[in-house]
Amino acid sequence: MAEMDTSSGGGHKKGPGVKKSKKLSTRVDLTPMVDLGFLLITFFVFTTTMSQATAMNMNEPKEDDVENQKKVKESGAMTILLGKKNQVYYYFGELHPDKISEEFKSTNFKDIRKLISDKKNGTPINDLMYIIKSDSSSTFKNSIDILDEMTISEVPPGHYAEVDITATDRMLIQKTEEANGIK
Amino acid sequence: MPKIKIPRKSTNVDMTAMCDVAFLLLTFFILATKQKPPEVLAVSPPSSVSSKAAPDKSILVTMTSDGKVFLTLGDDTKKAAIIDDLNATKQLQLSPAELAKLKKSEFIGLPLNQIKSAMASNTVISPDKMAGIPTDSTNNELADWIRSVTNAYKGGNQRDLEKMLLVKGDNNTLYPVFKQIKQAFKKNQIYKFRIVTNSEDVPKDSELAKSAGKAAEEK
Repeated sequence: MAEMDTSSGGGHKKGPGVKKSKKLSTRVDLTPMVDLGFLLITFFVFTTTMSQATAMNMNEPKEDDVENQKKVKESGAMTILLGKKNQVYYYFGELHPDKISEEFKSTNFKDIRKLISDKKNGTPINDLMYIIKSDSSSTFKNSIDILDEMTISEVPPGHYAEVDITATDRMLIQKTEEANGIK
Repeated sequence: MPKIKIPRKSTNVDMTAMCDVAFLLLTFFILATKQKPPEVLAVSPPSSVSSKAAPDKSILVTMTSDGKVFLTLGDDTKKAAIIDDLNATKQLQLSPAELAKLKKSEFIGLPLNQIKSAMASNTVISPDKMAGIPTDSTNNELADWIRSVTNAYKGGNQRDLEKMLLVKGDNNTLYPVFKQIKQAFKKNQIYKFRIVTNSEDVPKDSELAKSAGKAAEEK
Protein backbone atom coordinates (compact mmCIF):
# COMPACT_ATOMS: atom_id res chain seq x y z
CA MET A 1 0.00 0.00 0.00
CA ALA A 2 1.20 3.50 -0.81
CA GLU A 3 1.64 5.62 2.16
CA MET A 4 2.67 9.18 2.54
CA ASP A 5 5.27 10.05 4.99
CA THR A 6 3.76 12.80 6.96
CA SER A 7 6.14 12.69 9.79
CA SER A 8 8.11 15.81 10.39
CA GLY A 9 11.83 15.83 10.77
CA GLY A 10 13.17 15.05 14.14
CA GLY A 11 10.74 12.28 14.73
CA HIS A 12 11.83 9.02 16.08
CA LYS A 13 10.43 6.93 13.35
CA LYS A 14 13.70 6.35 11.64
CA GLY A 15 13.84 3.02 10.20
CA PRO A 16 15.06 1.22 7.19
CA GLY A 17 13.21 2.11 4.08
CA VAL A 18 11.52 5.15 5.56
CA LYS A 19 12.48 8.24 3.66
CA LYS A 20 12.97 11.23 5.78
CA SER A 21 12.45 14.58 4.10
CA LYS A 22 14.55 17.24 5.77
CA LYS A 23 12.76 20.45 6.51
CA LEU A 24 15.28 23.23 5.94
CA SER A 25 15.19 26.04 8.37
CA THR A 26 14.46 29.46 6.89
CA ARG A 27 16.62 31.05 9.49
CA VAL A 28 19.83 32.63 8.31
CA ASP A 29 22.68 33.34 10.63
CA LEU A 30 22.71 37.12 10.74
CA THR A 31 25.82 37.49 12.88
CA PRO A 32 28.20 38.33 10.01
CA MET A 33 25.74 40.83 8.67
CA VAL A 34 25.55 42.56 12.04
CA ASP A 35 29.33 42.60 12.15
CA LEU A 36 29.46 44.20 8.75
CA GLY A 37 26.84 46.76 9.73
CA PHE A 38 28.67 47.90 12.81
CA LEU A 39 31.97 47.93 11.00
CA LEU A 40 30.53 50.32 8.43
CA ILE A 41 29.01 52.49 11.16
CA THR A 42 32.35 52.76 12.91
CA PHE A 43 34.00 53.64 9.65
CA PHE A 44 31.51 56.39 8.88
CA VAL A 45 31.61 57.84 12.36
CA PHE A 46 35.38 58.07 12.32
CA THR A 47 35.80 59.46 8.84
CA THR A 48 33.18 62.16 9.25
CA THR A 49 34.50 63.63 12.49
CA MET A 50 38.06 63.64 11.26
CA SER A 51 37.55 65.81 8.21
CA GLN A 52 35.63 68.56 9.97
CA ALA A 53 36.89 71.88 8.74
CA THR A 54 37.00 74.65 11.26
CA ALA A 55 37.19 78.36 10.88
CA MET A 56 39.56 80.66 12.65
CA ASN A 57 38.71 84.30 13.19
CA MET A 58 40.95 86.93 11.74
CA ASN A 59 40.91 90.56 12.75
CA GLU A 60 42.83 93.02 10.73
CA PRO A 61 43.70 96.46 12.04
CA LYS A 62 42.17 99.41 10.31
CA GLU A 63 45.07 101.15 8.71
CA ASP A 64 43.67 104.65 8.65
CA ASP A 65 42.62 104.47 12.26
CA VAL A 66 45.22 106.77 13.76
CA GLU A 67 43.53 107.08 17.14
CA ASN A 68 43.85 103.41 17.82
CA GLN A 69 47.49 103.27 16.95
CA LYS A 70 49.35 102.73 20.11
CA LYS A 71 52.95 103.45 20.66
CA VAL A 72 54.54 100.17 21.58
CA LYS A 73 56.72 100.21 24.62
CA GLU A 74 60.14 98.90 23.87
CA SER A 75 60.31 96.85 27.05
CA GLY A 76 57.12 94.99 26.21
CA ALA A 77 57.66 94.33 22.55
CA MET A 78 58.72 91.10 20.97
CA THR A 79 59.18 90.94 17.26
CA ILE A 80 58.69 87.58 15.59
CA LEU A 81 59.87 87.15 12.05
CA LEU A 82 58.89 84.29 9.81
CA GLY A 83 61.38 83.13 7.26
CA LYS A 84 61.60 80.35 4.76
CA LYS A 85 61.79 76.66 5.66
CA ASN A 86 59.65 77.19 8.76
CA GLN A 87 62.34 79.22 10.45
CA VAL A 88 61.39 81.74 13.09
CA TYR A 89 63.51 84.68 14.16
CA TYR A 90 62.84 86.97 17.06
CA TYR A 91 64.14 89.86 19.05
CA PHE A 92 62.94 91.81 22.04
CA GLY A 93 62.34 95.52 21.90
CA GLU A 94 64.45 97.30 19.38
CA LEU A 95 67.64 96.16 17.80
CA HIS A 96 70.79 98.01 18.71
CA PRO A 97 73.15 98.23 15.75
CA ASP A 98 76.20 97.20 17.77
CA LYS A 99 74.56 94.18 19.38
CA ILE A 100 72.53 92.76 16.51
CA SER A 101 74.21 89.37 16.52
CA GLU A 102 73.24 88.86 20.18
CA GLU A 103 69.75 90.24 19.95
CA PHE A 104 68.59 88.78 16.68
CA LYS A 105 67.98 85.14 17.42
CA SER A 106 66.66 82.27 15.41
CA THR A 107 64.37 79.53 16.63
CA ASN A 108 61.64 77.26 15.31
CA PHE A 109 57.93 76.71 15.79
CA LYS A 110 58.49 74.18 18.52
CA ASP A 111 60.44 76.48 20.79
CA ILE A 112 58.60 79.70 20.06
CA ARG A 113 55.72 78.68 22.32
CA LYS A 114 57.85 78.82 25.43
CA LEU A 115 59.39 82.11 24.35
CA ILE A 116 55.95 83.62 23.80
CA SER A 117 54.59 82.53 27.14
CA ASP A 118 57.78 83.51 28.99
CA LYS A 119 57.53 86.96 27.51
CA LYS A 120 53.87 87.14 28.40
CA ASN A 121 54.46 86.16 32.01
CA GLY A 122 57.40 88.51 32.43
CA THR A 123 55.75 91.62 31.09
CA PRO A 124 52.96 93.81 32.47
CA ILE A 125 49.95 93.06 30.32
CA ASN A 126 49.49 96.66 29.21
CA ASP A 127 52.97 96.84 27.77
CA LEU A 128 52.84 93.49 26.06
CA MET A 129 52.99 93.52 22.28
CA TYR A 130 53.99 90.90 19.78
CA ILE A 131 54.87 92.16 16.35
CA ILE A 132 54.66 89.54 13.67
CA LYS A 133 56.45 90.11 10.41
CA SER A 134 56.31 87.60 7.61
CA ASP A 135 58.96 87.46 4.97
CA SER A 136 57.78 86.91 1.44
CA SER A 137 59.39 83.48 1.45
CA SER A 138 57.37 82.27 4.43
CA THR A 139 54.24 80.25 3.80
CA PHE A 140 50.59 80.70 4.62
CA LYS A 141 50.90 77.86 7.09
CA ASN A 142 53.57 79.78 8.98
CA SER A 143 51.43 82.85 9.44
CA ILE A 144 48.46 80.77 10.55
CA ASP A 145 50.63 78.77 12.91
CA ILE A 146 52.01 81.84 14.60
CA LEU A 147 48.53 83.29 15.06
CA ASP A 148 47.53 79.94 16.47
CA GLU A 149 50.46 80.12 18.88
CA MET A 150 49.03 83.41 20.13
CA THR A 151 45.73 81.68 20.83
CA ILE A 152 47.49 78.75 22.47
CA SER A 153 49.48 81.03 24.76
CA GLU A 154 46.34 83.08 25.42
CA VAL A 155 47.74 86.36 24.29
CA PRO A 156 44.75 88.70 24.47
CA PRO A 157 43.61 90.11 21.14
CA GLY A 158 45.06 93.53 20.46
CA HIS A 159 48.39 92.52 21.90
CA TYR A 160 49.69 91.05 18.71
CA ALA A 161 49.71 92.44 15.23
CA GLU A 162 50.93 91.56 11.80
CA VAL A 163 53.14 94.26 10.40
CA ASP A 164 54.84 94.59 7.05
CA ILE A 165 58.43 93.49 7.07
CA THR A 166 61.09 96.17 6.78
CA ALA A 167 64.16 96.10 4.59
CA THR A 168 66.42 95.84 7.66
CA ASP A 169 64.55 92.82 8.95
CA ARG A 170 64.69 91.17 5.57
CA MET A 171 68.40 91.74 5.36
CA LEU A 172 68.94 90.31 8.83
CA ILE A 173 66.93 87.23 7.97
CA GLN A 174 68.96 86.75 4.84
CA LYS A 175 72.22 87.06 6.75
CA THR A 176 71.14 84.60 9.40
CA GLU A 177 69.91 82.18 6.76
CA GLU A 178 73.25 82.32 5.06
CA ALA A 179 75.05 81.81 8.34
CA ASN A 180 72.83 78.86 9.23
CA GLY A 181 73.00 77.38 5.76
CA ILE A 182 69.29 77.54 4.99
CA LYS A 183 68.59 77.75 1.31
CA MET B 1 11.26 14.27 45.22
CA PRO B 2 10.86 14.88 41.59
CA LYS B 3 13.88 16.12 39.77
CA ILE B 4 13.68 19.66 38.50
CA LYS B 5 14.21 19.61 34.84
CA ILE B 6 16.32 22.39 33.52
CA PRO B 7 15.33 22.91 29.96
CA ARG B 8 18.28 23.13 27.67
CA LYS B 9 18.20 26.47 25.98
CA SER B 10 19.77 27.18 22.67
CA THR B 11 22.70 29.57 22.69
CA ASN B 12 21.66 30.98 19.36
CA VAL B 13 20.38 34.49 19.70
CA ASP B 14 18.11 35.95 17.14
CA MET B 15 20.29 38.40 15.29
CA THR B 16 17.55 39.91 13.18
CA ALA B 17 16.79 42.72 15.58
CA MET B 18 20.41 43.61 16.05
CA CYS B 19 20.95 43.59 12.33
CA ASP B 20 18.02 45.95 11.91
CA VAL B 21 19.48 48.36 14.43
CA ALA B 22 22.92 48.25 12.87
CA PHE B 23 21.68 49.06 9.42
CA LEU B 24 19.27 51.67 10.69
CA LEU B 25 22.18 53.45 12.33
CA LEU B 26 24.26 53.03 9.23
CA THR B 27 21.58 54.58 7.05
CA PHE B 28 21.19 57.41 9.52
CA PHE B 29 24.89 58.23 9.50
CA ILE B 30 25.15 58.08 5.76
CA LEU B 31 22.19 60.37 5.28
CA ALA B 32 23.01 62.71 8.13
CA THR B 33 26.58 63.41 7.07
CA LYS B 34 26.82 66.36 4.84
CA GLN B 35 27.99 65.59 1.41
CA LYS B 36 31.19 67.43 0.84
CA PRO B 37 31.02 69.63 -2.20
CA PRO B 38 33.32 68.20 -4.83
CA GLU B 39 36.65 69.78 -4.29
CA VAL B 40 38.11 70.63 -7.60
CA LEU B 41 40.90 72.61 -6.07
CA ALA B 42 43.21 70.40 -4.13
CA VAL B 43 44.16 72.40 -1.09
CA SER B 44 45.38 71.13 2.24
CA PRO B 45 44.71 73.83 4.81
CA PRO B 46 46.90 74.38 7.88
CA SER B 47 45.60 73.33 11.27
CA SER B 48 44.57 75.46 14.22
CA VAL B 49 43.15 74.93 17.69
CA SER B 50 39.97 76.75 16.74
CA SER B 51 36.90 74.59 17.19
CA LYS B 52 34.28 76.66 15.41
CA ALA B 53 32.77 74.91 12.45
CA ALA B 54 33.12 76.57 9.10
CA PRO B 55 29.83 77.97 7.81
CA ASP B 56 28.06 76.30 4.96
CA LYS B 57 26.98 78.94 2.51
CA SER B 58 30.06 81.01 2.28
CA ILE B 59 32.12 83.24 0.14
CA LEU B 60 35.29 81.30 -0.11
CA VAL B 61 38.59 82.59 -1.37
CA THR B 62 40.91 79.70 -2.12
CA MET B 63 44.63 79.98 -2.57
CA THR B 64 46.34 77.05 -4.22
CA SER B 65 49.89 76.07 -3.48
CA ASP B 66 51.13 77.71 -6.67
CA GLY B 67 49.62 81.04 -5.66
CA LYS B 68 46.47 81.11 -7.78
CA VAL B 69 43.37 82.61 -6.26
CA PHE B 70 39.88 81.26 -6.82
CA LEU B 71 36.54 82.52 -5.60
CA THR B 72 33.64 80.26 -4.69
CA LEU B 73 30.26 81.81 -4.07
CA GLY B 74 28.17 79.51 -1.95
CA ASP B 75 24.75 81.14 -1.92
CA ASP B 76 23.09 80.78 -5.31
CA THR B 77 20.77 83.78 -5.10
CA LYS B 78 23.53 86.05 -3.90
CA LYS B 79 25.84 84.59 -6.49
CA ALA B 80 23.59 85.83 -9.28
CA ALA B 81 23.42 89.27 -7.71
CA ILE B 82 27.19 89.42 -7.29
CA ILE B 83 27.89 88.42 -10.87
CA ASP B 84 25.30 90.86 -12.24
CA ASP B 85 26.81 93.61 -10.14
CA LEU B 86 30.30 92.88 -11.38
CA ASN B 87 29.11 92.70 -14.95
CA ALA B 88 27.65 96.17 -14.57
CA THR B 89 30.49 97.81 -12.64
CA LYS B 90 33.35 96.38 -14.65
CA GLN B 91 31.58 96.58 -18.03
CA LEU B 92 32.23 92.98 -18.92
CA GLN B 93 29.43 93.12 -21.53
CA LEU B 94 28.44 89.53 -21.07
CA SER B 95 25.45 88.30 -23.01
CA PRO B 96 22.57 86.75 -21.03
CA ALA B 97 23.68 83.29 -22.09
CA GLU B 98 27.23 83.94 -20.97
CA LEU B 99 25.98 85.36 -17.69
CA ALA B 100 23.91 82.26 -17.09
CA LYS B 101 26.90 80.07 -17.79
CA LEU B 102 29.07 82.04 -15.43
CA LYS B 103 26.44 81.78 -12.71
CA LYS B 104 26.39 78.05 -13.16
CA SER B 105 30.12 77.62 -12.84
CA GLU B 106 31.19 76.36 -9.48
CA PHE B 107 33.98 78.81 -8.87
CA ILE B 108 35.62 81.73 -10.55
CA GLY B 109 39.26 81.54 -11.42
CA LEU B 110 39.76 83.70 -14.46
CA PRO B 111 40.96 87.24 -14.92
CA LEU B 112 38.16 89.60 -15.87
CA ASN B 113 39.40 90.06 -19.42
CA GLN B 114 39.29 86.32 -20.06
CA ILE B 115 35.82 85.67 -18.70
CA LYS B 116 33.89 86.68 -21.80
CA SER B 117 35.90 84.57 -24.23
CA ALA B 118 35.88 81.60 -21.84
CA MET B 119 32.11 81.77 -21.40
CA ALA B 120 31.56 82.17 -25.16
CA SER B 121 33.54 79.10 -26.08
CA ASN B 122 32.22 75.62 -25.52
CA THR B 123 35.40 74.08 -24.22
CA VAL B 124 35.66 73.68 -20.50
CA ILE B 125 38.83 74.91 -18.94
CA SER B 126 40.12 72.60 -16.27
CA PRO B 127 40.89 74.27 -12.93
CA ASP B 128 44.62 73.71 -13.17
CA LYS B 129 44.70 75.55 -16.50
CA MET B 130 42.90 78.56 -15.10
CA ALA B 131 45.04 81.57 -14.37
CA GLY B 132 43.31 82.45 -11.13
CA ILE B 133 41.99 85.85 -10.16
CA PRO B 134 44.83 88.38 -10.35
CA THR B 135 45.72 89.85 -6.97
CA ASP B 136 48.77 91.96 -7.79
CA SER B 137 48.96 95.26 -6.03
CA THR B 138 48.56 97.07 -9.35
CA ASN B 139 45.71 94.93 -10.63
CA ASN B 140 43.86 93.48 -7.68
CA GLU B 141 40.78 92.05 -9.37
CA LEU B 142 39.84 90.19 -6.24
CA ALA B 143 39.10 93.58 -4.70
CA ASP B 144 36.59 94.18 -7.52
CA TRP B 145 34.95 90.87 -6.80
CA ILE B 146 34.79 91.61 -3.11
CA ARG B 147 33.27 95.00 -3.85
CA SER B 148 30.49 93.29 -5.76
CA VAL B 149 30.08 90.90 -2.85
CA THR B 150 29.66 93.77 -0.41
CA ASN B 151 27.23 95.44 -2.82
CA ALA B 152 25.14 92.29 -2.95
CA TYR B 153 25.06 92.08 0.83
CA LYS B 154 24.37 95.78 1.26
CA GLY B 155 21.57 96.54 3.68
CA GLY B 156 22.10 93.27 5.46
CA ASN B 157 24.06 92.82 8.61
CA GLN B 158 27.75 93.44 8.12
CA ARG B 159 28.43 90.77 10.71
CA ASP B 160 26.68 88.15 8.63
CA LEU B 161 28.98 88.91 5.77
CA GLU B 162 32.02 88.75 8.00
CA LYS B 163 30.96 85.36 9.21
CA MET B 164 30.64 84.09 5.69
CA LEU B 165 33.90 85.36 4.32
CA LEU B 166 36.32 82.49 4.34
CA VAL B 167 39.88 82.26 3.22
CA LYS B 168 41.28 78.85 2.55
CA GLY B 169 44.88 78.34 1.63
CA ASP B 170 47.32 75.59 1.07
CA ASN B 171 50.10 74.97 3.55
CA ASN B 172 52.66 75.84 0.93
CA THR B 173 51.09 79.02 -0.37
CA LEU B 174 53.57 81.82 -0.02
CA TYR B 175 52.71 84.64 2.34
CA PRO B 176 52.49 87.49 -0.25
CA VAL B 177 49.42 85.87 -1.83
CA PHE B 178 47.67 85.91 1.52
CA LYS B 179 48.74 89.50 2.03
CA GLN B 180 47.21 90.52 -1.29
CA ILE B 181 43.94 88.87 -0.31
CA LYS B 182 43.93 90.80 2.93
CA GLN B 183 44.57 93.94 0.88
CA ALA B 184 41.57 93.14 -1.30
CA PHE B 185 39.41 92.85 1.82
CA LYS B 186 40.80 96.01 3.33
CA LYS B 187 40.08 97.98 0.19
CA ASN B 188 36.45 97.14 0.79
CA GLN B 189 36.53 98.02 4.49
CA ILE B 190 36.42 94.42 5.54
CA TYR B 191 38.67 93.85 8.49
CA LYS B 192 37.25 90.65 9.83
CA PHE B 193 37.08 87.33 8.11
CA ARG B 194 37.70 83.70 8.81
CA ILE B 195 40.29 81.22 7.81
CA VAL B 196 39.47 77.62 7.05
CA THR B 197 41.69 75.28 9.01
CA ASN B 198 41.79 71.70 10.07
CA SER B 199 41.00 71.23 13.69
CA GLU B 200 43.87 70.32 15.94
CA ASP B 201 44.03 69.37 19.59
CA VAL B 202 45.13 71.98 22.06
CA PRO B 203 48.69 71.06 23.06
CA LYS B 204 49.01 69.81 26.61
CA ASP B 205 50.73 72.07 29.15
CA SER B 206 49.88 75.12 27.11
CA GLU B 207 48.13 78.01 28.78
CA LEU B 208 45.03 77.54 26.72
CA ALA B 209 44.76 73.91 27.79
CA LYS B 210 45.24 74.87 31.45
CA SER B 211 42.60 77.57 31.45
CA ALA B 212 40.23 75.30 29.57
CA GLY B 213 40.79 72.69 32.26
CA LYS B 214 40.11 75.23 35.00
CA ALA B 215 36.90 76.34 33.35
CA ALA B 216 35.79 72.74 33.16
CA GLU B 217 36.57 72.18 36.85
CA GLU B 218 34.60 75.21 37.95
CA LYS B 219 31.58 73.89 36.16
